Amino acid sequence: MVTFIVRRLIATVFLLIIVSMVTFAIFFWLPKLGGQTTYGLATQYVGRNPTREAVLQVEQQLGLNQPLYLQYWHYLSAIVVGEHYNAGTATAYCPPPCFGYSFKNQQPVWPMMVSDIPVTLSLAIGASILWLIGGISIGVLSALKRGSIFDRFSMGVALAGVSLPIFFTGLIALELFSYRWPIFPNVTYVPITQNPYLWARNLVLPWVCLAFLYAALYARLTRAGMLETMSEDYIRTARAKGLQERTVIVKHGLRAALTPIVTIFGMDLGLLLGGAILTEVTFSLHGLGLFTIEAVQNQDFPEIMGVVMLASFFIIIANLFVDILYAYVDPRVRH
Amino acid sequence: MAEGESPRQGDGAGGRLARRRARHRSAMELEAHATRERAGEAEPSAMLDIRDLRIHFPTDDGLVKAVDGLSFTLDRGRTLGIVGESGSGKSVTSLGILGLYNTGNAQMSGKIYLDGEDLVAADQDRVRELRGSKMAMIFQDSLSALHPYYTIGDQITEAYLIHNKVGKNAARAHAVDLLKRVGIPQAARRLDDYPHQFSGGMRQRAMIAMALSCDPELLIADEPTTALDVTVQAQILDLISDLQQEYDSAVIMITHDLGVVAELADDILVMYAGRMAEYGSSEDVFTHPGHPYTWGLLGSMPRLDRTRMDRLLSIRGTPPSLINVPAGCPFNPRCDYAARNNGRSETEVPALRPVGPGHLVACHLSTDEQRRIWAERDRVAS
Repeated sequence: MVTFIVRRLIATVFLLIIVSMVTFAIFFWLPKLGGQTTYGLATQYVGRNPTREAVLQVEQQLGLNQPLYLQYWHYLSAIVVGEHYNAGTATAYCPPPCFGYSFKNQQPVWPMMVSDIPVTLSLAIGASILWLIGGISIGVLSALKRGSIFDRFSMGVALAGVSLPIFFTGLIALELFSYRWPIFPNVTYVPITQNPYLWARNLVLPWVCLAFLYAALYARLTRAGMLETMSEDYIRTARAKGLQERTVIVKHGLRAALTPIVTIFGMDLGLLLGGAILTEVTFSLHGLGLFTIEAVQNQDFPEIMGVVMLASFFIIIANLFVDILYAYVDPRVRH
Repeated sequence: MAEGESPRQGDGAGGRLARRRARHRSAMELEAHATRERAGEAEPSAMLDIRDLRIHFPTDDGLVKAVDGLSFTLDRGRTLGIVGESGSGKSVTSLGILGLYNTGNAQMSGKIYLDGEDLVAADQDRVRELRGSKMAMIFQDSLSALHPYYTIGDQITEAYLIHNKVGKNAARAHAVDLLKRVGIPQAARRLDDYPHQFSGGMRQRAMIAMALSCDPELLIADEPTTALDVTVQAQILDLISDLQQEYDSAVIMITHDLGVVAELADDILVMYAGRMAEYGSSEDVFTHPGHPYTWGLLGSMPRLDRTRMDRLLSIRGTPPSLINVPAGCPFNPRCDYAARNNGRSETEVPALRPVGPGHLVACHLSTDEQRRIWAERDRVAS
């Protein structure tokens, strides 16, 4: 088990390096291939209508005229030791981990992203707990009462849940429960350290709307998985032992049916941690999703690069977590 | 396991529990006895007494009559071989005895007396209590029949823990004993292995250990050797027969392999289309079988004591659909001798009829004709 984890950790580090290379190539190498001059590239990093000096300065600063491997080395070393940027009037220090300096916002990228992480984290974790509980229990009940009214109704709702986009359910929920009947008024993010009650109350609507989307998917997955496992031979064996039906379902059936769900859950959570873009936009929560949208709208390359790196980091870590968890739940993977 | 070594004995709590159970059981038996008296039925004498068992499954295409009027008895220490092609209702019978069809949409009727207690009419919880303790089952494909996520030890102790009030350590020690008994080397260490780490033969041994964990009086083995290679098959069959003598339990051996029943069974029941075609002692059924279907099964078995034929005799046609069982004798479309019965085979269901002491055959052919045809077939074959 330990060697398994160590092996996975080493693979993870390699994967992160590859992701950084690909990201770097997209932003620094591809434009060159496309015939972009280093001067033209530098203008992308400066605010709108830049002066010629400012552009040249940024070009110098980023080392855009240096060979690519040097630029990449620069980029990596900045992450580890930080970097000084000459941003027009004064020299700005970008402390490690320095994922670039946004010339448009006159700020290092990393602290801006870090301040948005708690919002996305609160949203993703809360919603995932809701959808796991809801989706799995509905899925199990549906499978056990296959063909019943409950099964048909919940699978119908699940179909709606999978098909309805969050900006639809979110806006309806806001309209109903925030404006018409203000049970959850003024949905804004309040840090949990500041006021745990307001933190939770303001997140209820986003949680429920986001969870609805995923719970629908998970209910369908769990139902399919349960239907399959409950017809396995080992379930018959469990019954032949004289176990209570409840034990047969939970200990023998659900345990096996949940394994593929663990995989998908890890991926989904990793993806959401990189920014629940639609949910954050719908509810105006300033997390990584909104950060990404703004970065793209402003064409702020360092910010986009930073958020790409961070999102890939989350997904890779989530995958690592899934692999380890998978080995834990399925002994056949371990050996 | 020798009597003195039984883990239940010498264990104060276990002993009290056993006595309480015995009282509980006798109350149940008295009640059952009263019901039977009212119904005017004969008292079941054998440990397992099955009467007119029917197990039907309603489906969209019609009623599947998987078992249709099966009666037999089985006593402690005896082995009954149930033989038939796939789809003849062998496995359904065994799962029905265990009460695994009592819920759901299956329709079950008839009587299954286990030690005088009718399992068809009994309360679900009561049947569940008996399942795994008084009656246990060995399934055919041990890789799919064992849970891939739990260790062998967990799976063996599971049944023991719910049927006996013992601690985890006692259950573990018991599981080690069982694994040693079924011939698994380094039992204590292998207890924490998962099924996929066992070889096929070892896994089947572990499955047998699991079935034996509560000293069952009735052991049903559903094709226990089909997934194994021949040398291992013989070992497993020997093991089952040794354990049966040790535990003095009744064994039902379900198989399509006549070689298996020839070795082990005292009695043989030949099933066809959910019904009994022939029933008798192993000796009778092998030396002078009366049913054309049994002749077919015997003819399709390779034998070394016979001259080598170009090919084995197979039974023509396929087993009938259990939704549309042929009218009259269910075997008539495939039977070479159906024409000799003046059309009775197509219209009249043959009744089970004794052709010798304890030897029953459901066929319209007269006993003499049966004897003559079999003698002829036997002569041709050798």
